[in-house]
Amino acid sequence: MAGTILPFGPQHPVLPEPLHLNLQIEDEIVVSATPAFGYVHRGLEKLADIRDFRQMIQVVERVCGICSMIHALTYCQGLEELMGIEPTPRARFLRVIWSELHRLHSHLLWLGLFADAMGFESLFMQLWKVRERIMDINEATAGNRVILSVNVIGGVRRDLDSGQTAWILSELAEVEKGFSAMSRTILHDYTVQKRTRGKGALSRSQAMELGCVGPMLRASGVSQDMRLLGYAAYGELEFAPVVEQDGDCYARCRVRFAELGQSIGLIRQAIAKLPAGDTSVPVKGRPPAGEVVARAEQPRGECLYYIKANGGKFLDRLRIRTPTFANIPALTVMLPGIELADVPVVLLSIDPCISCTER
Amino acid sequence: MTIEADRIDSVELCRAVAAFKAKGCRFVTITCVGADQRGAELLYHFDRELALSHLRLTVAGDEVPSICGIYSAAFLVENEIQDQFGLRFNGLVPDYRRTLFLAGEDSLPPFRRKSGPDQEE
Amino acid sequence: MGLIDKLISTARRSSPWLLHFDCGSCNGCDIETLACLTPVYDVERFGVVNVGNPKHADILLVTGTVNLRNREVLAVLYEQMPEPKVVVAIGACGLSGGIFREAPNVVGGVDKVIPVDVYVPGCPARPEAIIDGVVLALEKFRGKALAVL
Ligand code: SF4
Repeated sequence: MAGTILPFGPQHPVLPEPLHLNLQIEDEIVVSATPAFGYVHRGLEKLADIRDFRQMIQVVERVCGICSMIHALTYCQGLEELMGIEPTPRARFLRVIWSELHRLHSHLLWLGLFADAMGFESLFMQLWKVRERIMDINEATAGNRVILSVNVIGGVRRDLDSGQTAWILSELAEVEKGFSAMSRTILHDYTVQKRTRGKGALSRSQAMELGCVGPMLRASGVSQDMRLLGYAAYGELEFAPVVEQDGDCYARCRVRFAELGQSIGLIRQAIAKLPAGDTSVPVKGRPPAGEVVARAEQPRGECLYYIKANGGKFLDRLRIRTPTFANIPALTVMLPGIELADVPVVLLSIDPCISCTER
Repeated sequence: MTIEADRIDSVELCRAVAAFKAKGCRFVTITCVGADQRGAELLYHFDRELALSHLRLTVAGDEVPSICGIYSAAFLVENEIQDQFGLRFNGLVPDYRRTLFLAGEDSLPPFRRKSGPDQEE
Repeated sequence: MGLIDKLISTARRSSPWLLHFDCGSCNGCDIETLACLTPVYDVERFGVVNVGNPKHADILLVTGTVNLRNREVLAVLYEQMPEPKVVVAIGACGLSGGIFREAPNVVGGVDKVIPVDVYVPGCPARPEAIIDGVVLALEKFRGKALAVL
């Protein structure tokens, strides 16, 4: 029997974004899965032809609203490398603070959606309630809740005064209390374990071969984190990648949950070490002809920018390889063999961001 | 500033990529730098322990061998380049035939340049 | 119009259900729309419930730009919703294409495909603005529902 082809999406209750999967199923078991895309595609890399290299910061921030700050950061770091600019020390630490705030809100968002995919709605609501505190910090420090627009070439546009940093620390203590109170439910609840353990497992070698990045890779026992490259001020802060061995949905959940605490730790360190000085260096001129590759760790994993300039105002080529783009191929391996009812859980475990994937 | 990359042609591509796989590298992505009717330039990126290595492939015409047989994850990016630049990857599975992102009706590859490529530095 | 129709109309007017569809949003407006449903903003206090099935929905929230592929999905979703219905377009993208309007695969705002009743500006639109938009949509919906009676 050839089995049945079941279309999943593009409008599906568990997916906040339109992704389409063609699932071939036999007796409730998935035999093969083919993703189909194109519902969020805009082609924004092409905008580099009509927006100059500074205006492109605003465009790349809108590749994805959830990790917008880190998109702009990667882009700016690429151009800084190309133009030979060294951002000020204060800017480098401020960039860490905002990056980690973004990671916090993204992971809380994901944990919430993941709980929702399991049908655990009250947990979803609780997590999103905690997340609102991070959004308040974003708004108070950068003026916008989601798209922060703090990065410029050569530094950042906004500064934090001592009152603000003290307030951030006290808010973060509340956030930490909020999600720690839920740790027993998230990590040890019977329902959660039942729905996630052993589902969609990837071995270490499979994860490497499929080119997974970020928490996906770390949940399969590979200790890789682009923050170890030491960009911004990460080289001066202490942290170690969170690694789990099982490679299943539960391990991914554990990795992301542990990274919440890690991010708070990094923000505390960065605030403690925040050097005085300017927040940006003045930048004159245009990027010289040449090409550069920049990488950074987004909440979902490694993000790679390829920038080619020709000495003019407009870039020759801008290519963005987002983390979800690298994680999608793993779905074609993880989905076959699982039950139809588990598809949403496995699908969400990669933390899909479709607007990143398609740009 | 340019990226240090080994220059190869399409005959050597699969062997060079297989060598990266044998070394245990993670396949990062392929970047199509530019393409027009005369040819195309592609960069293959690999990562090993946070260090990137690159291969620079130049092809004449628009046919490129697919590396899906070596790194299966490459299917997504190769399909994307087919969509955007109108190149053709031989041996690509699954092949979306330029409908990965674009709706079939207007499949003019939006990133393909009409004139010649800018000369290499 | 029979008694049952009147009853259904009254129920729909006092508790309209909403369907959220993400066209080509960058997720910014998307997560703000989701945030509206969660405890801090909580649109459910206006009697609104979020549903996943267009056949149950009275209000359609659309975020993001329309592209050549999702415009069909959008049109189908709109078709499947029962009359009367209201459409709320959210964010600069949903209004006009926003920052992406010149990108190769962008058609433009939501109103290029389906009629829009309420426009919520912002990039991203703030949750408060989205709630305002939904409340305005509720009024329009009541108007439309009464007109049918
Ligand atoms: S209006 Fe702005 S925030 Fe909203 S989807 Fe468009 S680009 Fe993203």
